[in-house]
Amino acid sequence: MSFIADPVSFITNWLNSLLSGWGIPDMWVQFIMFIIGAGLLAFGAMIFTIGLIWLERKLGGRIQDRIGPNRIGPWGVFQPIADMLKIFTKEYITPIGADILLYNLAPILAMAAVLGLWAVIPLSSTAYGTNINVGALYLIGIGAIGELGIILAGFSSNNKYALLGGYRAVAQLLSYEVPMAITLLIPVMFAGSMGLNDIAGAQKVAFIFQAPVAALIFFIAGIAENGRAPFDLMEADSEIVAGYNIEYSGLKFGMYYVADFLHAFTSALLFATIFLGGWRGPGAEQYPILGFVYLFVKTAVVYLLTVTIRFTVPRLRIDQVMAFNWKYLTPLALATLLVTALVDKIAPAGQGLLRIILLLVANVLLFLLADRLVTLYRKNHQKLRKVVSEFRPVPVTIRPSVAADEPEVQS
Amino acid sequence: MTVMQLIFLLNAAVTIIAGIMMSRVRRLLHAALWLVLALFGVAVTFGLLEASFLAIVQVVVYIGAIAILILFAIMLTRGGTDDTYDNSKRWIISLVVALIALGGILLALFTWPQGQALTTPLTAAQQDIGAIGIALLDPEGYLIPFEISSILLLAALVGSIYVGIEHKGEEK
Repeated sequence: MSFIADPVSFITNWLNSLLSGWGIPDMWVQFIMFIIGAGLLAFGAMIFTIGLIWLERKLGGRIQDRIGPNRIGPWGVFQPIADMLKIFTKEYITPIGADILLYNLAPILAMAAVLGLWAVIPLSSTAYGTNINVGALYLIGIGAIGELGIILAGFSSNNKYALLGGYRAVAQLLSYEVPMAITLLIPVMFAGSMGLNDIAGAQKVAFIFQAPVAALIFFIAGIAENGRAPFDLMEADSEIVAGYNIEYSGLKFGMYYVADFLHAFTSALLFATIFLGGWRGPGAEQYPILGFVYLFVKTAVVYLLTVTIRFTVPRLRIDQVMAFNWKYLTPLALATLLVTALVDKIAPAGQGLLRIILLLVANVLLFLLADRLVTLYRKNHQKLRKVVSEFRPVPVTIRPSVAADEPEVQS
Repeated sequence: MTVMQLIFLLNAAVTIIAGIMMSRVRRLLHAALWLVLALFGVAVTFGLLEASFLAIVQVVVYIGAIAILILFAIMLTRGGTDDTYDNSKRWIISLVVALIALGGILLALFTWPQGQALTTPLTAAQQDIGAIGIALLDPEGYLIPFEISSILLLAALVGSIYVGIEHKGEEK
Protein backbone atom coordinates (compact mmCIF):
# COMPACT_ATOMS: atom_id res chain seq x y z
CA MET A 1 0.00 0.00 0.00
CA SER A 2 1.70 3.15 -1.19
CA PHE A 3 1.64 6.55 0.37
CA ILE A 4 0.02 8.30 -2.61
CA ALA A 5 -2.92 5.90 -2.94
CA ASP A 6 -3.83 5.68 0.71
CA PRO A 7 -1.99 8.16 2.95
CA VAL A 8 -4.04 7.58 6.09
CA SER A 9 -3.54 3.81 6.26
CA PHE A 10 0.11 4.29 5.34
CA ILE A 11 0.77 6.71 8.19
CA THR A 12 -1.31 4.61 10.60
CA ASN A 13 0.66 1.46 9.77
CA TRP A 14 3.95 3.32 9.98
CA LEU A 15 3.14 4.83 13.38
CA ASN A 16 1.85 1.47 14.60
CA SER A 17 5.08 -0.30 13.69
CA LEU A 18 7.15 2.57 15.07
CA LEU A 19 5.40 2.48 18.46
CA SER A 20 5.50 -1.32 18.58
CA GLY A 21 9.19 -1.14 17.70
CA TRP A 22 9.75 0.93 20.84
CA GLY A 23 8.42 -1.98 22.86
CA ILE A 24 5.09 -0.48 23.84
CA PRO A 25 2.38 -3.11 24.44
CA ASP A 26 -0.26 -3.49 21.73
CA MET A 27 -3.18 -2.16 23.73
CA TRP A 28 -1.31 0.99 24.68
CA VAL A 29 -0.33 1.46 21.01
CA GLN A 30 -4.01 1.25 20.11
CA PHE A 31 -4.88 3.69 22.88
CA ILE A 32 -2.22 6.17 21.74
CA MET A 33 -3.38 5.84 18.14
CA PHE A 34 -6.97 6.61 19.18
CA ILE A 35 -5.82 9.69 21.08
CA ILE A 36 -3.73 10.93 18.14
CA GLY A 37 -6.56 10.25 15.70
CA ALA A 38 -9.19 12.01 17.81
CA GLY A 39 -6.88 14.98 18.43
CA LEU A 40 -5.98 15.34 14.75
CA LEU A 41 -9.61 15.07 13.63
CA ALA A 42 -10.84 17.65 16.15
CA PHE A 43 -7.93 20.01 15.52
CA GLY A 44 -8.23 19.65 11.76
CA ALA A 45 -11.95 20.31 11.84
CA MET A 46 -11.48 23.48 13.87
CA ILE A 47 -8.66 24.79 11.66
CA PHE A 48 -10.86 24.00 8.67
CA THR A 49 -13.59 26.17 10.16
CA ILE A 50 -11.40 29.27 9.77
CA GLY A 51 -11.60 28.80 6.01
CA LEU A 52 -15.32 28.10 6.21
CA ILE A 53 -16.01 31.33 8.07
CA TRP A 54 -14.21 33.33 5.40
CA LEU A 55 -16.01 31.48 2.58
CA GLU A 56 -19.40 31.95 4.12
CA ARG A 57 -18.93 35.62 4.86
CA LYS A 58 -17.53 36.34 1.41
CA LEU A 59 -20.23 34.36 -0.38
CA GLY A 60 -22.91 35.89 1.80
CA GLY A 61 -21.61 39.33 0.93
CA ARG A 62 -21.64 38.60 -2.78
CA ILE A 63 -25.12 37.08 -2.67
CA GLN A 64 -26.49 40.10 -0.84
CA ASP A 65 -24.71 42.55 -3.17
CA ARG A 66 -22.05 43.49 -0.62
CA ILE A 67 -18.29 43.04 -0.86
CA GLY A 68 -17.72 40.96 2.25
CA PRO A 69 -14.33 40.77 3.97
CA ASN A 70 -11.77 42.50 1.74
CA ARG A 71 -9.10 44.12 3.91
CA ILE A 72 -6.69 41.52 5.20
CA GLY A 73 -4.89 39.46 2.59
CA PRO A 74 -6.07 38.83 -0.97
CA TRP A 75 -9.91 38.88 -1.06
CA GLY A 76 -9.80 39.17 2.71
CA VAL A 77 -8.84 35.54 3.26
CA PHE A 78 -6.98 36.27 6.49
CA GLN A 79 -9.91 38.11 8.05
CA PRO A 80 -11.04 35.12 10.18
CA ILE A 81 -7.48 34.69 11.48
CA ALA A 82 -7.43 38.33 12.57
CA ASP A 83 -10.85 37.86 14.16
CA MET A 84 -9.62 34.74 15.90
CA LEU A 85 -6.57 36.50 17.35
CA LYS A 86 -8.81 39.37 18.47
CA ILE A 87 -11.25 37.04 20.20
CA PHE A 88 -8.38 35.38 22.10
CA THR A 89 -7.50 38.70 23.70
CA LYS A 90 -11.04 39.65 24.70
CA GLU A 91 -12.18 39.77 28.28
CA TYR A 92 -14.41 37.06 29.67
CA ILE A 93 -17.42 38.68 31.25
CA THR A 94 -19.49 36.60 33.63
CA PRO A 95 -22.87 38.15 34.40
CA ILE A 96 -23.93 38.69 38.01
CA GLY A 97 -26.06 35.85 39.28
CA ALA A 98 -24.80 33.43 36.65
CA ASP A 99 -24.39 29.80 37.55
CA ILE A 100 -20.61 29.77 37.09
CA LEU A 101 -20.09 26.06 36.54
CA LEU A 102 -22.94 25.61 34.06
CA TYR A 103 -22.14 28.91 32.38
CA ASN A 104 -18.66 27.65 31.55
CA LEU A 105 -19.71 24.09 30.78
CA ALA A 106 -22.32 25.02 28.17
CA PRO A 107 -20.01 26.22 25.34
CA ILE A 108 -17.83 23.12 25.80
CA LEU A 109 -20.87 20.87 25.39
CA ALA A 110 -22.02 22.77 22.31
CA MET A 111 -18.60 22.44 20.69
CA ALA A 112 -18.18 18.80 21.74
CA ALA A 113 -21.52 17.86 20.21
CA VAL A 114 -20.43 19.12 16.81
CA LEU A 115 -16.93 17.63 16.96
CA GLY A 116 -18.42 14.35 18.18
CA LEU A 117 -20.22 13.96 14.87
CA TRP A 118 -16.88 13.74 13.09
CA ALA A 119 -16.02 10.56 14.97
CA VAL A 120 -18.32 8.41 12.84
CA ILE A 121 -18.17 10.11 9.43
CA PRO A 122 -16.17 8.02 6.93
CA LEU A 123 -13.83 10.39 5.07
CA SER A 124 -12.67 7.67 2.67
CA SER A 125 -12.96 3.90 2.49
CA THR A 126 -10.10 3.53 4.99
CA ALA A 127 -10.13 6.80 6.92
CA TYR A 128 -12.83 7.00 9.55
CA GLY A 129 -12.82 7.52 13.29
CA THR A 130 -14.85 4.46 14.12
CA ASN A 131 -17.47 2.43 12.29
CA ILE A 132 -19.73 1.65 15.23
CA ASN A 133 -22.73 -0.44 14.24
CA VAL A 134 -25.15 2.24 15.48
CA GLY A 135 -23.68 5.26 13.71
CA ALA A 136 -27.04 6.65 12.57
CA LEU A 137 -28.42 6.51 16.09
CA TYR A 138 -25.22 8.08 17.38
CA LEU A 139 -25.90 11.14 15.21
CA ILE A 140 -29.24 11.64 16.97
CA GLY A 141 -27.74 10.94 20.39
CA ILE A 142 -24.91 13.41 20.03
CA GLY A 143 -27.41 16.08 18.97
CA ALA A 144 -28.95 15.75 22.42
CA ILE A 145 -25.70 16.91 24.00
CA GLY A 146 -25.75 20.01 21.83
CA GLU A 147 -29.27 20.74 23.05
CA LEU A 148 -28.05 20.35 26.61
CA GLY A 149 -25.35 22.93 25.84
CA ILE A 150 -27.93 25.39 24.56
CA ILE A 151 -30.47 25.01 27.36
CA LEU A 152 -27.72 25.33 29.96
CA ALA A 153 -26.36 28.47 28.31
CA GLY A 154 -29.82 29.98 28.26
CA PHE A 155 -30.50 29.13 31.85
CA SER A 156 -27.16 29.82 33.50
CA SER A 157 -26.72 33.29 31.98
CA ASN A 158 -29.28 34.85 34.35
CA ASN A 159 -30.78 36.80 31.48
CA LYS A 160 -34.37 36.70 30.31
CA TYR A 161 -33.50 37.01 26.65
CA ALA A 162 -31.01 34.18 26.95
CA LEU A 163 -33.59 32.00 28.70
CA LEU A 164 -36.24 32.72 26.07
CA GLY A 165 -33.73 32.07 23.32
CA GLY A 166 -32.71 28.81 24.97
CA TYR A 167 -36.30 27.57 25.28
CA ARG A 168 -37.03 28.51 21.73
CA ALA A 169 -33.86 26.95 20.34
CA VAL A 170 -34.35 23.68 22.19
CA ALA A 171 -38.02 23.50 21.19
CA GLN A 172 -36.99 23.87 17.57
CA LEU A 173 -34.09 21.43 17.78
CA LEU A 174 -36.14 18.77 19.57
CA SER A 175 -38.98 19.13 17.07
CA TYR A 176 -36.82 18.84 13.98
CA GLU A 177 -35.01 15.84 15.35
CA VAL A 178 -38.22 13.86 14.83
CA PRO A 179 -38.45 13.99 11.01
CA MET A 180 -34.66 13.75 10.84
CA ALA A 181 -34.60 10.52 12.83
CA ILE A 182 -37.49 9.07 10.81
CA THR A 183 -35.86 9.80 7.47
CA LEU A 184 -32.55 8.44 8.71
CA LEU A 185 -34.30 5.08 8.97
CA ILE A 186 -34.66 4.90 5.18
CA PRO A 187 -30.92 4.78 4.32
CA VAL A 188 -30.50 2.39 7.26
CA MET A 189 -33.20 0.18 5.73
CA PHE A 190 -31.52 0.25 2.32
CA ALA A 191 -28.03 -0.43 3.64
CA GLY A 192 -29.10 -2.99 6.24
CA SER A 193 -26.76 -1.39 8.76
CA MET A 194 -26.63 1.68 10.98
CA GLY A 195 -22.88 2.12 10.53
CA LEU A 196 -22.19 5.20 8.44
CA ASN A 197 -19.31 3.56 6.62
CA ASP A 198 -21.61 0.69 5.64
CA ILE A 199 -24.28 3.16 4.52
CA ALA A 200 -21.76 5.01 2.36
CA GLY A 201 -20.37 1.75 1.00
CA ALA A 202 -23.83 0.39 0.13
CA GLN A 203 -24.61 3.23 -2.26
CA LYS A 204 -23.86 1.77 -5.66
CA VAL A 205 -26.60 4.15 -6.75
CA ALA A 206 -26.73 7.15 -4.45
CA PHE A 207 -29.69 6.97 -2.07
CA ILE A 208 -30.94 10.38 -3.19
CA PHE A 209 -32.16 8.71 -6.40
CA GLN A 210 -33.95 6.03 -4.42
CA ALA A 211 -35.39 8.24 -1.69
CA PRO A 212 -35.53 11.85 -2.91
CA VAL A 213 -38.34 12.86 -0.54
CA ALA A 214 -36.44 11.49 2.44
CA ALA A 215 -33.34 13.34 1.25
CA LEU A 216 -35.29 16.59 0.99
CA ILE A 217 -36.75 16.19 4.48
CA PHE A 218 -33.31 15.35 5.89
CA PHE A 219 -31.84 18.41 4.17
CA ILE A 220 -34.52 20.75 5.53
CA ALA A 221 -34.30 19.25 9.01
CA GLY A 222 -30.52 19.62 8.81
CA ILE A 223 -30.82 23.36 8.14
CA ALA A 224 -33.30 23.67 11.01
CA GLU A 225 -30.94 21.76 13.34
CA ASN A 226 -28.25 24.29 12.46
CA GLY A 227 -30.54 27.18 13.19
CA ARG A 228 -29.76 28.80 9.85
CA ALA A 229 -32.13 30.97 7.86
CA PRO A 230 -35.03 30.45 7.27
CA PHE A 231 -34.96 28.69 10.65
CA ASP A 232 -32.61 31.11 12.43
CA LEU A 233 -35.04 31.78 15.24
CA MET A 234 -32.44 31.03 17.87
CA GLU A 235 -30.66 34.27 17.11
CA ALA A 236 -33.56 36.33 15.86
CA ASP A 237 -31.99 39.72 16.53
CA SER A 238 -35.21 41.63 16.21
CA GLU A 239 -37.09 39.47 18.71
CA ILE A 240 -34.74 38.02 21.31
CA VAL A 241 -31.59 40.08 20.69
CA ALA A 242 -29.18 37.20 20.11
CA GLY A 243 -30.69 34.19 21.76
CA TYR A 244 -29.15 31.82 24.25
CA ASN A 245 -25.56 33.02 23.85
CA ILE A 246 -26.20 36.71 24.45
CA GLU A 247 -24.19 36.89 27.69
CA TYR A 248 -21.11 35.15 26.36
CA SER A 249 -17.99 37.05 25.44
CA GLY A 250 -14.50 36.33 24.23
CA LEU A 251 -13.58 32.78 23.38
CA LYS A 252 -16.68 31.39 25.05
CA PHE A 253 -18.77 33.17 22.46
CA GLY A 254 -16.18 32.09 19.91
CA MET A 255 -16.89 28.47 20.70
CA TYR A 256 -20.57 28.92 19.87
CA TYR A 257 -19.58 30.80 16.74
CA VAL A 258 -17.17 28.09 15.56
CA ALA A 259 -19.63 25.34 16.52
CA ASP A 260 -22.30 27.04 14.42
CA PHE A 261 -20.15 27.28 11.28
CA LEU A 262 -18.69 23.81 11.73
CA HIS A 263 -22.14 22.35 12.28
CA ALA A 264 -23.33 23.78 8.96
CA PHE A 265 -20.46 22.09 7.16
CA THR A 266 -20.88 18.87 9.15
CA SER A 267 -24.54 18.70 8.16
CA ALA A 268 -23.52 18.96 4.52
CA LEU A 269 -20.92 16.26 5.12
CA LEU A 270 -23.57 14.01 6.68
CA PHE A 271 -25.98 14.63 3.83
CA ALA A 272 -23.25 13.80 1.31
CA THR A 273 -22.35 10.64 3.23
CA ILE A 274 -25.89 9.38 3.78
CA PHE A 275 -27.64 10.36 0.55
CA LEU A 276 -24.96 11.13 -2.05
CA GLY A 277 -22.74 8.10 -1.59
CA GLY A 278 -20.03 9.70 0.56
CA TRP A 279 -16.57 8.67 -0.60
CA ARG A 280 -17.92 6.39 -3.32
CA GLY A 281 -16.91 7.10 -6.90
CA PRO A 282 -14.95 5.49 -9.70
CA GLY A 283 -11.70 4.05 -8.38
CA ALA A 284 -12.30 5.13 -4.78
CA GLU A 285 -11.84 1.63 -3.37
CA GLN A 286 -8.48 0.97 -5.03
CA TYR A 287 -7.19 4.48 -4.36
CA PRO A 288 -8.75 5.67 -1.10
CA ILE A 289 -7.31 9.14 -1.58
CA LEU A 290 -9.86 9.64 -4.38
CA GLY A 291 -12.54 9.09 -1.75
CA PHE A 292 -11.52 12.33 -0.03
CA VAL A 293 -11.88 14.19 -3.32
CA TYR A 294 -15.32 12.75 -4.11
CA LEU A 295 -16.59 13.38 -0.60
CA PHE A 296 -15.26 16.92 -0.62
CA VAL A 297 -16.84 17.75 -3.98
CA LYS A 298 -20.21 16.32 -2.95
CA THR A 299 -20.06 18.11 0.41
CA ALA A 300 -19.11 21.39 -1.24
CA VAL A 301 -22.18 21.24 -3.49
CA VAL A 302 -24.52 20.66 -0.53
CA TYR A 303 -22.74 23.22 1.64
CA LEU A 304 -22.86 25.96 -0.99
CA LEU A 305 -26.56 25.24 -1.42
CA THR A 306 -27.19 25.73 2.30
CA VAL A 307 -25.15 28.95 2.29
CA THR A 308 -27.13 30.25 -0.68
CA ILE A 309 -30.39 29.43 1.08
CA ARG A 310 -29.17 31.09 4.25
CA PHE A 311 -28.43 34.39 2.57
CA THR A 312 -31.46 34.38 0.30
CA VAL A 313 -34.60 33.65 2.29
CA PRO A 314 -36.11 35.64 5.16
CA ARG A 315 -36.83 34.28 8.61
CA LEU A 316 -40.00 32.35 9.47
CA ARG A 317 -42.11 33.02 12.54
CA ILE A 318 -41.86 30.57 15.42
CA ASP A 319 -45.42 29.28 14.92
CA GLN A 320 -44.73 28.77 11.22
CA VAL A 321 -41.57 26.83 12.00
CA MET A 322 -43.41 24.58 14.46
CA ALA A 323 -46.44 24.12 12.21
CA PHE A 324 -44.23 23.28 9.25
CA ASN A 325 -42.47 20.60 11.27
CA TRP A 326 -45.40 18.97 13.04
CA LYS A 327 -48.13 19.38 10.44
CA TYR A 328 -46.08 18.80 7.32
CA LEU A 329 -42.58 17.36 7.65
CA THR A 330 -43.28 14.76 10.31
CA PRO A 331 -46.39 13.22 8.66
CA LEU A 332 -44.64 13.29 5.30
CA ALA A 333 -41.58 11.59 6.80
CA LEU A 334 -43.78 8.88 8.35
CA ALA A 335 -45.65 8.33 5.07
CA THR A 336 -42.35 8.18 3.16
CA LEU A 337 -41.03 5.60 5.58
CA LEU A 338 -44.13 3.40 5.18
CA VAL A 339 -44.22 3.67 1.38
CA THR A 340 -40.49 3.09 1.02
CA ALA A 341 -40.66 0.03 3.26
CA LEU A 342 -43.54 -1.32 1.15
CA VAL A 343 -41.75 -0.77 -2.18
CA ASP A 344 -38.57 -2.16 -0.65
CA LYS A 345 -40.45 -5.38 0.10
CA ILE A 346 -42.09 -5.53 -3.36
CA ALA A 347 -38.79 -4.99 -5.19
CA PRO A 348 -36.02 -6.15 -2.87
CA ALA A 349 -32.38 -5.15 -3.32
CA GLY A 350 -30.69 -6.70 -6.32
CA GLN A 351 -33.46 -5.92 -8.78
CA GLY A 352 -31.41 -3.16 -10.30
CA LEU A 353 -33.16 -0.54 -12.39
CA LEU A 354 -36.72 -1.72 -11.72
CA ARG A 355 -36.35 -1.13 -8.00
CA ILE A 356 -34.96 2.35 -8.47
CA ILE A 357 -37.72 3.30 -10.93
CA LEU A 358 -40.40 1.96 -8.58
CA LEU A 359 -38.93 3.87 -5.63
CA LEU A 360 -38.68 7.03 -7.70
CA VAL A 361 -42.28 6.77 -8.88
CA ALA A 362 -43.49 6.15 -5.33
CA ASN A 363 -41.55 9.18 -4.09
CA VAL A 364 -42.82 11.46 -6.82
CA LEU A 365 -46.41 10.37 -6.15
CA LEU A 366 -45.92 10.97 -2.43
CA PHE A 367 -44.52 14.41 -2.99
CA LEU A 368 -47.30 15.40 -5.41
CA LEU A 369 -49.93 14.14 -2.97
CA ALA A 370 -48.39 16.07 -0.08
CA ASP A 371 -48.15 19.19 -2.22
CA ARG A 372 -51.79 18.83 -3.29
CA LEU A 373 -52.94 18.41 0.31
CA VAL A 374 -51.08 21.52 1.40
CA THR A 375 -52.55 23.53 -1.48
CA LEU A 376 -56.06 22.37 -0.59
CA TYR A 377 -55.50 23.19 3.08
CA ARG A 378 -54.28 26.66 2.24
CA LYS A 379 -57.23 27.30 -0.06
CA ASN A 380 -59.70 26.33 2.65
CA HIS A 381 -57.96 28.21 5.44
CA GLN A 382 -56.75 31.29 3.67
CA LYS A 383 -59.52 33.54 4.97
CA LEU A 384 -58.81 32.61 8.57
CA ARG A 385 -55.21 33.72 8.46
CA LYS A 386 -54.49 37.02 10.14
CA VAL A 387 -52.57 39.71 8.39
CA VAL A 388 -49.62 40.63 10.58
CA SER A 389 -49.38 44.33 9.79
CA GLU A 390 -52.43 46.22 8.68
CA PHE A 391 -52.62 49.54 6.92
CA ARG A 392 -53.31 52.30 9.38
CA PRO A 393 -54.11 55.68 7.91
CA VAL A 394 -53.77 57.59 11.18
CA PRO A 395 -51.16 56.87 13.82
CA VAL A 396 -52.95 55.73 16.94
CA THR A 397 -52.25 57.69 20.07
CA ILE A 398 -53.47 56.54 23.42
CA ARG A 399 -55.09 59.17 25.54
CA PRO A 400 -55.40 58.21 29.20
CA SER A 401 -59.19 58.27 29.17
CA VAL A 402 -59.47 56.20 25.97
CA ALA A 403 -56.82 53.76 27.07
CA ALA A 404 -58.81 52.90 30.13
CA ASP A 405 -61.88 52.11 28.03
CA GLU A 406 -60.18 50.22 25.22
CA PRO A 407 -57.26 48.20 26.50
CA GLU A 408 -56.73 46.54 23.06
CA VAL A 409 -55.57 49.71 21.32
CA GLN A 410 -51.85 49.78 20.94
CA SER A 411 -49.65 52.42 19.43
CA MET B 1 -3.72 -3.18 34.54
CA THR B 2 -5.00 -2.86 31.02
CA VAL B 3 -6.22 0.35 29.43
CA MET B 4 -9.78 -0.93 29.52
CA GLN B 5 -9.60 -1.57 33.26
CA LEU B 6 -8.19 1.91 33.82
CA ILE B 7 -11.00 3.50 31.81
CA PHE B 8 -13.55 1.33 33.59
CA LEU B 9 -12.31 2.33 37.04
CA LEU B 10 -12.23 6.03 36.16
CA ASN B 11 -15.70 5.81 34.67
CA ALA B 12 -17.07 3.87 37.63
CA ALA B 13 -15.67 6.48 40.02
CA VAL B 14 -17.22 9.32 38.02
CA THR B 15 -20.58 7.55 37.85
CA ILE B 16 -20.72 6.82 41.56
CA ILE B 17 -19.60 10.31 42.54
CA ALA B 18 -22.19 11.77 40.20
CA GLY B 19 -24.84 9.58 41.77
CA ILE B 20 -23.89 10.66 45.28
CA MET B 21 -23.74 14.32 44.30
CA MET B 22 -27.13 14.03 42.67
CA SER B 23 -28.71 13.19 45.99
CA ARG B 24 -26.59 15.62 47.97
CA VAL B 25 -26.79 18.97 46.18
CA ARG B 26 -29.43 21.44 47.24
CA ARG B 27 -30.18 22.97 43.91
CA LEU B 28 -32.66 20.83 41.99
CA LEU B 29 -31.21 21.86 38.64
CA HIS B 30 -27.73 20.77 39.65
CA ALA B 31 -29.14 17.48 40.84
CA ALA B 32 -30.63 16.94 37.39
CA LEU B 33 -27.28 17.65 35.77
CA TRP B 34 -25.46 15.27 38.09
CA LEU B 35 -28.08 12.72 37.07
CA VAL B 36 -27.14 13.38 33.44
CA LEU B 37 -23.50 12.71 34.26
CA ALA B 38 -24.39 9.48 36.09
CA LEU B 39 -26.50 8.32 33.15
CA PHE B 40 -23.67 9.17 30.81
CA GLY B 41 -21.33 7.08 32.92
CA VAL B 42 -23.72 4.15 32.55
CA ALA B 43 -23.67 4.70 28.77
CA VAL B 44 -19.87 4.56 28.83
CA THR B 45 -20.04 1.31 30.80
CA PHE B 46 -22.31 -0.14 28.10
CA GLY B 47 -19.80 1.04 25.51
CA LEU B 48 -16.94 -0.66 27.36
CA LEU B 49 -18.94 -3.88 27.26
CA GLU B 50 -19.21 -3.51 23.46
CA ALA B 51 -22.96 -3.03 23.74
CA SER B 52 -22.83 0.06 21.57
CA PHE B 53 -26.54 -0.05 20.73
CA LEU B 54 -27.47 0.09 24.40
CA ALA B 55 -24.88 2.79 25.00
CA ILE B 56 -26.31 5.04 22.30
CA VAL B 57 -29.91 4.30 23.28
CA GLN B 58 -28.99 5.24 26.83
CA VAL B 59 -27.76 8.61 25.58
CA VAL B 60 -30.67 9.16 23.20
CA VAL B 61 -33.43 8.18 25.60
CA TYR B 62 -32.13 9.22 28.99
CA ILE B 63 -30.04 12.27 28.14
CA GLY B 64 -31.71 13.36 24.93
CA ALA B 65 -35.30 12.93 26.01
CA ILE B 66 -35.75 12.40 29.73
CA ALA B 67 -33.02 14.64 31.12
CA ILE B 68 -34.01 17.51 28.81
CA LEU B 69 -37.63 17.06 29.91
CA ILE B 70 -36.58 17.08 33.56
CA LEU B 71 -34.55 20.25 32.98
CA PHE B 72 -37.52 21.90 31.27
CA ALA B 73 -39.84 20.84 34.07
CA ILE B 74 -37.48 22.24 36.72
CA MET B 75 -36.93 25.51 34.88
CA LEU B 76 -40.65 26.06 34.32
CA THR B 77 -41.56 25.22 37.91
CA ARG B 78 -41.33 27.90 40.54
CA GLY B 79 -38.84 27.09 43.25
CA GLY B 80 -37.02 24.48 41.26
CA THR B 81 -34.09 26.73 40.58
CA ASP B 82 -33.29 28.16 44.00
CA ASP B 83 -31.00 26.35 46.37
CA THR B 84 -33.26 26.27 49.42
CA TYR B 85 -34.82 22.97 48.50
CA ASP B 86 -34.52 20.62 51.43
CA ASN B 87 -34.17 17.05 50.29
CA SER B 88 -33.37 15.52 53.66
CA LYS B 89 -36.90 15.38 55.07
CA ARG B 90 -37.73 11.79 54.26
CA TRP B 91 -34.23 10.39 54.37
CA ILE B 92 -35.17 7.26 56.35
CA ILE B 93 -37.68 6.12 53.73
CA SER B 94 -35.19 6.94 50.97
CA LEU B 95 -32.49 4.96 52.75
CA VAL B 96 -34.72 1.91 53.17
CA VAL B 97 -35.86 1.98 49.54
CA ALA B 98 -32.30 2.43 48.28
CA LEU B 99 -30.97 -0.37 50.48
CA ILE B 100 -33.72 -2.77 49.40
CA ALA B 101 -33.07 -1.96 45.73
CA LEU B 102 -29.32 -2.36 46.16
CA GLY B 103 -29.76 -5.62 48.04
CA GLY B 104 -32.06 -6.98 45.35
CA ILE B 105 -29.65 -6.09 42.56
CA LEU B 106 -26.67 -7.54 44.42
CA LEU B 107 -28.59 -10.73 45.19
CA ALA B 108 -29.57 -11.10 41.55
CA LEU B 109 -26.00 -10.47 40.43
CA PHE B 110 -24.43 -12.98 42.82
CA THR B 111 -26.95 -15.73 42.10
CA TRP B 112 -26.61 -15.24 38.34
CA PRO B 113 -23.90 -17.68 37.20
CA GLN B 114 -22.69 -15.47 34.36
CA GLY B 115 -22.24 -12.59 36.78
CA GLN B 116 -19.00 -14.19 37.96
CA ALA B 117 -17.55 -14.88 34.51
CA LEU B 118 -15.07 -12.57 32.82
CA THR B 119 -16.18 -10.80 29.67
CA THR B 120 -15.11 -12.27 26.37
CA PRO B 121 -14.90 -10.49 23.00
CA LEU B 122 -18.23 -10.63 21.18
CA THR B 123 -18.73 -12.72 18.08
CA ALA B 124 -20.15 -11.16 14.92
CA ALA B 125 -23.52 -12.82 15.56
CA GLN B 126 -23.68 -11.29 19.04
CA GLN B 127 -22.99 -7.81 17.67
CA ASP B 128 -25.96 -8.03 15.33
CA ILE B 129 -28.46 -5.50 16.67
CA GLY B 130 -31.16 -7.10 14.53
CA ALA B 131 -31.38 -9.74 17.25
CA ILE B 132 -32.69 -7.10 19.66
CA GLY B 133 -35.40 -6.09 17.21
CA ILE B 134 -36.46 -9.69 16.62
CA ALA B 135 -36.50 -10.41 20.35
CA LEU B 136 -38.68 -7.36 21.00
CA LEU B 137 -41.27 -8.18 18.32
CA ASP B 138 -41.25 -11.97 18.54
CA PRO B 139 -44.38 -13.50 20.20
CA GLU B 140 -42.09 -15.98 21.93
CA GLY B 141 -39.77 -13.18 22.99
CA TYR B 142 -40.73 -9.90 24.60
CA LEU B 143 -43.65 -8.86 22.39
CA ILE B 144 -46.23 -8.58 25.17
CA PRO B 145 -44.11 -6.50 27.59
CA PHE B 146 -43.10 -4.33 24.63
CA GLU B 147 -46.70 -3.69 23.58
CA ILE B 148 -47.88 -3.13 27.16
CA SER B 149 -45.18 -0.53 27.74
CA SER B 150 -46.14 1.22 24.52
CA ILE B 151 -49.79 1.31 25.67
CA LEU B 152 -48.59 2.76 28.97
CA LEU B 153 -46.70 5.48 27.12
CA LEU B 154 -49.73 6.20 24.96
CA ALA B 155 -51.90 6.49 28.08
CA ALA B 156 -49.36 8.88 29.61
CA LEU B 157 -49.39 10.93 26.42
CA VAL B 158 -53.19 11.17 26.33
CA GLY B 159 -53.29 11.94 30.04
CA SER B 160 -50.74 14.72 29.80
CA ILE B 161 -52.58 16.27 26.86
CA TYR B 162 -55.82 16.14 28.87
CA VAL B 163 -54.15 17.78 31.87
CA GLY B 164 -52.35 20.34 29.80
CA ILE B 165 -55.19 21.38 27.50
CA GLU B 166 -57.23 24.45 28.32
CA HIS B 167 -60.76 23.41 29.22
CA LYS B 168 -62.92 26.07 27.64
CA GLY B 169 -65.87 27.24 29.68
CA GLU B 170 -64.91 25.34 32.82
CA GLU B 171 -62.78 28.04 34.34
CA LYS B 172 -63.94 31.16 36.11
